[in-house]
Amino acid sequence: MFTAQNYIKPKSLEEAYALLQKRGNRVVGGMQWMKMSSAACAAVIDLSELGLSGIKDTGGAFSIGCMTTLRELEQNPAMSAFSQGAVKEALRGIVGVQFRNLATIGGTVAGRYGFSDVLTILSVMDTQVELFKAGPVPLASYLASAPDRDIVVRLIIEKNPATFTYLSVRRTRTDLPSLTCASCVTQGSGALLRIAVGARPGAAKCIELPLNEERSSELYHGKTEQLEEDAVCFARKEIALSGNLRGSAQYREHLLEVLVRRSIRQQLAKLTETATDHENRAVRERTQEV
Amino acid sequence: MNVTINVNGKDIADTIRPDELLIDFLRSHGCPSVKRGCETSNCGACTVHMDGKAVLSCGILAARCEGHQITTLEGLQEEAKEIGGFIADQGGEQCGFCSPGLIMACIAMFRENPHPADEEIREYLSGNLCRCSGYQSQMRGIRNYIAYREKKNG
Amino acid sequence: MGDYIENADRLRYVNHSFRKIDAEQLITGKPVYTQDIAPAGCLQIKLLRSPYANAIIEEIDTSAAMKVPGVEAVFTFHDVDQNMPRFTEAGQTYPEPSPRDRLVLDRHMRHVGDIAGIVAADTVQNAEKAMKLIRVKYEVLEPVLDFHTALDNKVIVHPEENWEALSDVGADRKRNLCAHDACGEGDIEQALAQSDVVVDRVYHTKAVHQMYMEPLNAFCTKDAFGRLVIVSSTQIVFHVRRNVATALGIPSSKIRVIKPRIGGGFGAKQTSVCEVYPAFVTWKTGKPSQIVYTREECITAGSNRHEMEMHVRLGGMKDGTIKAIDLYTLSNTGAYGEHGPTTVGLSGHKSIPLYHTKVWRFCSDVVYTNYPSAGAYRGYGAPQGLFAVESAVNEFSHRIGRDPVDVRLMNITEEGEVMPAYYGQINTSSRLRECLLHTARMADWKERYPSWKVTGDDGVTRVHSLGLSLAMQGSAINNVDVGSATLKLEEGGSYTLLLGCADMGTGADTILSQIAAEVLECPMEKISVCGADTDLSPYDSGSYASSTTYLTGRAVMRAAKELRTNIIRIGAQLIGRPEKDCDFDGTKVYHAAPAESGTYTDEEVSLFDIAAKSTGGNNIPVVVTATNSSEISPPPYMAGIAELETDLETGESRCVNYYATVDCGTPVSPALARVQAEGGILQGIGMSLYEDINYSKDGSMVESSALQYKVPARPDIGNIHVDFAPSDEKSGPYGAKSIGEVVIDTPPAACADALYNACGAYFRTLPARAEDIAMAAAGCGEP
Repeated sequence: MFTAQNYIKPKSLEEAYALLQKRGNRVVGGMQWMKMSSAACAAVIDLSELGLSGIKDTGGAFSIGCMTTLRELEQNPAMSAFSQGAVKEALRGIVGVQFRNLATIGGTVAGRYGFSDVLTILSVMDTQVELFKAGPVPLASYLASAPDRDIVVRLIIEKNPATFTYLSVRRTRTDLPSLTCASCVTQGSGALLRIAVGARPGAAKCIELPLNEERSSELYHGKTEQLEEDAVCFARKEIALSGNLRGSAQYREHLLEVLVRRSIRQQLAKLTETATDHENRAVRERTQEV
Repeated sequence: MNVTINVNGKDIADTIRPDELLIDFLRSHGCPSVKRGCETSNCGACTVHMDGKAVLSCGILAARCEGHQITTLEGLQEEAKEIGGFIADQGGEQCGFCSPGLIMACIAMFRENPHPADEEIREYLSGNLCRCSGYQSQMRGIRNYIAYREKKNG
Repeated sequence: MGDYIENADRLRYVNHSFRKIDAEQLITGKPVYTQDIAPAGCLQIKLLRSPYANAIIEEIDTSAAMKVPGVEAVFTFHDVDQNMPRFTEAGQTYPEPSPRDRLVLDRHMRHVGDIAGIVAADTVQNAEKAMKLIRVKYEVLEPVLDFHTALDNKVIVHPEENWEALSDVGADRKRNLCAHDACGEGDIEQALAQSDVVVDRVYHTKAVHQMYMEPLNAFCTKDAFGRLVIVSSTQIVFHVRRNVATALGIPSSKIRVIKPRIGGGFGAKQTSVCEVYPAFVTWKTGKPSQIVYTREECITAGSNRHEMEMHVRLGGMKDGTIKAIDLYTLSNTGAYGEHGPTTVGLSGHKSIPLYHTKVWRFCSDVVYTNYPSAGAYRGYGAPQGLFAVESAVNEFSHRIGRDPVDVRLMNITEEGEVMPAYYGQINTSSRLRECLLHTARMADWKERYPSWKVTGDDGVTRVHSLGLSLAMQGSAINNVDVGSATLKLEEGGSYTLLLGCADMGTGADTILSQIAAEVLECPMEKISVCGADTDLSPYDSGSYASSTTYLTGRAVMRAAKELRTNIIRIGAQLIGRPEKDCDFDGTKVYHAAPAESGTYTDEEVSLFDIAAKSTGGNNIPVVVTATNSSEISPPPYMAGIAELETDLETGESRCVNYYATVDCGTPVSPALARVQAEGGILQGIGMSLYEDINYSKDGSMVESSALQYKVPARPDIGNIHVDFAPSDEKSGPYGAKSIGEVVIDTPPAACADALYNACGAYFRTLPARAEDIAMAAAGCGEP
């Protein structure tokens, strides 16, 4: 049973940070996962009065306060539009609405949870974790770092145009995932295919494949076999998998290939869709001009 | 520590433990409809509204609720009878232990989406487990309620 | 398909659907469950549990725990005479078939989670704090963790001399044998040798948790006479009374057991898992006490379904005739024997009799291991056995290249036949054939069997496939179970129905009221239901073994008929006419026959006046009790077809449609019968595809919380389509049989066969997990 001797709602981040330096004190986000632990806290530090919830669309980036709930993120229209629904897809299987109304993005990130759908999709985005003391750090470095006594203040996601997909495999629809897979194809010069795999069961890990002209053209022309092969090969090499009760290492190896291939095929579908949209718009515009 | 929490429109002031969960506060302050079915945020039996949103009262500290509006089924008796009645007409409440949490989630769902499709209902209520009914009778009841409301509202 | 119910058009309450009489209180969240009505200030109980699967407590030091503020008492094995008679938690009729193998606190720990100490404190927090301060020194012993090698293992789970089996169930404690049985007819080896095809397979079902939403809990107080009053979420008030009396070594006259509303049971509450602890604390301290199991305790130390391994040999001819069925079941009862000797019987006796094969054999062993004790769960061994036998019938059909529907139509038991493997009972009522044919039509079997492909919006192609299973269960335990009802006419002309069975949310109280209302011709509102309470209720075995509607229903019918007669007697007296010439229409007794003079009279007296008369100068009883036991246990039947949608690459499988037809006799409440079927089917699907219990090497459960043990949530199931084909069972009330359990029985074999039809591999271990399906489909070995 989770216990706490004291409960504090600090008035400022400075105060929260100072409190957090004391042994046994912990910051709580939505505390959904923490309350299932047997953590014995001296004091829980509640950031809910510091105005750190909400998603700001600054044009070039999303700024997501640490106390933003998963449900807010799921329902944010700008985020859905930017990610073509991939963020929503990553969130909808997480337990239930009443859970996602409490669980926070800050808690999810700071927990560095291996099973996290959210961290998987964020891993293929240009995500910076803004820490109170250390300032912004890339999500991947944050996830690779050991737990510290800094505070996740907000996430900054740069809105670099890209297409996203999200897939997960679950024993039941609202169970924690057996494996997650997010992908992203960036646009413009130096295009990349990013693939992140989570619930390995370790935290999400991301790989990048440069989409040189040959690969791009294959992808845009519906020939995905070679790209799939390369991506699976690369993912297998770079992303370590092991077993737990939601899947053996062997099953995860198998799923990795299935999900990576499907992600690339979905990317193709999305790219075609986007291309068609562009064409349609162009046609519409031309018609209007006439 | 001392807190004042607004429950069903009334301020309740009391001394609580810092780690006291909202569910325990509510159950000891006249809200027995709030049920504990698990300790892992999975069953939804403890669902209440916080500022109008469905939340798990087993997953939030009472201390955090200071200054917020908490609503339980005790504060929504008419809605409970109405929505619950359609479920009961199908026998879908069965043991009734999950009913308060389910109805609280239904009320929240209808506020967000007055005309949910079957898949939307399944998804919105996915956090409310029921072991008796197989969910079918509850779905029939909810559909009938939607039809009734649409008819009533023209 | 309701055409078979005799006089169906004349029934006004039976075979009609009503809101449950407790519905409004339930949907408005009123305090009607055990935890809601516990008095403030109860001592809170926490149980110290063993971290070892097999260990002896060498030393236990409670001194630090006792110093925690608020701690009232800490009890250990020192507080219980280790040589006193043992007890069982199983809720069964005396003498219980389950062995008496427990002490409230035992020095010997027999599974991870076995109970080493009881802590009672003012708050749960203080009890937990104290619990952590108890110092225990264990002598750790080698555990028995493979139920295949439990029999005659050198490690004996119950070495103690005061272990006792009250019934002859073939137990031999020194061999780790909780029960053994063997029966059959004909020469099985010869029949198999003469068969064209023999399906020889081993099937395995793991433990399954019932996941009733209301956790196990009880509280205990003392009444004005110093007796223990146990209020508990239980299906079996009378058995709890005996079990606790035996456990505490006190007369059962000192104990009263009451059950309020129950938040689901499914058999779990047919075992007195938690009641003994508050009883012990209150008996020792004289203070009210309460225990509420955490979900983790419910899952890891409740009373899950018995893990069973079933070896089936089914012999048949190429034309589809089944010649012989041989079944050997090995059941894992865990560390204690609750329901061990009895559940195993259903694995054979509720599966083999579906087919009128003359040659059969059924042998079983139930073994002790160092896992948590199993118990009762809806179906009670039948889901395991039906999974095996029905899967074997499906495998046989595939082997001979025949449609599984046709093979069954050739072999199923018919009404009027003797069922040798069902204790020689006659099949008194059956529309199993119609169930099968109708379900096949519902599922469009002819057109769609075995499988087809569907490509989703996400571009992924999934396989849809069908699979079939039949099922039967019983209706009460014949010659054992007793159902009773007391019916009172109250002043004012209303009635009170006192019951000892348990409405677990099923609507039993409503259904039994419907039966009373039918006889007494009164609106349901005029009947108040009271129970269950061992001090007030007439004896009833309790709600299990699919007994309530069939057995207690008949008792209600009899009580109502007798009360009706007595009402007419009083009425006849009041109007001064012979009783035989009077009748009752629900509101009045009237002179119904021609007077001796040959003229009619209009004399009548109202029920109100009759009730008033019953309270002054009356010698005719208006409180009547009827008791009912049955010599037969007529089986309800069912056919179920699963339509699964399976992603062969990821292995994810979901039941998008389930089709079922049930012969439960007359459904007393069609709406509630439907919900029983839908709920049971989804539990069966959960057991087939998702719900998985595994143990680590030390014997502790891996899926120990609702986070890890996944029951189906709303998005995990599509639509469940249920129809009824009611036969008319003459021994049941208004033709009713049972429905509570049979409904969980078809999904296991139906899902397994649907998976075979999807990917070509046979799943003989449940659950068939996504991982197993994906690996089988990818050709990585047999599942």
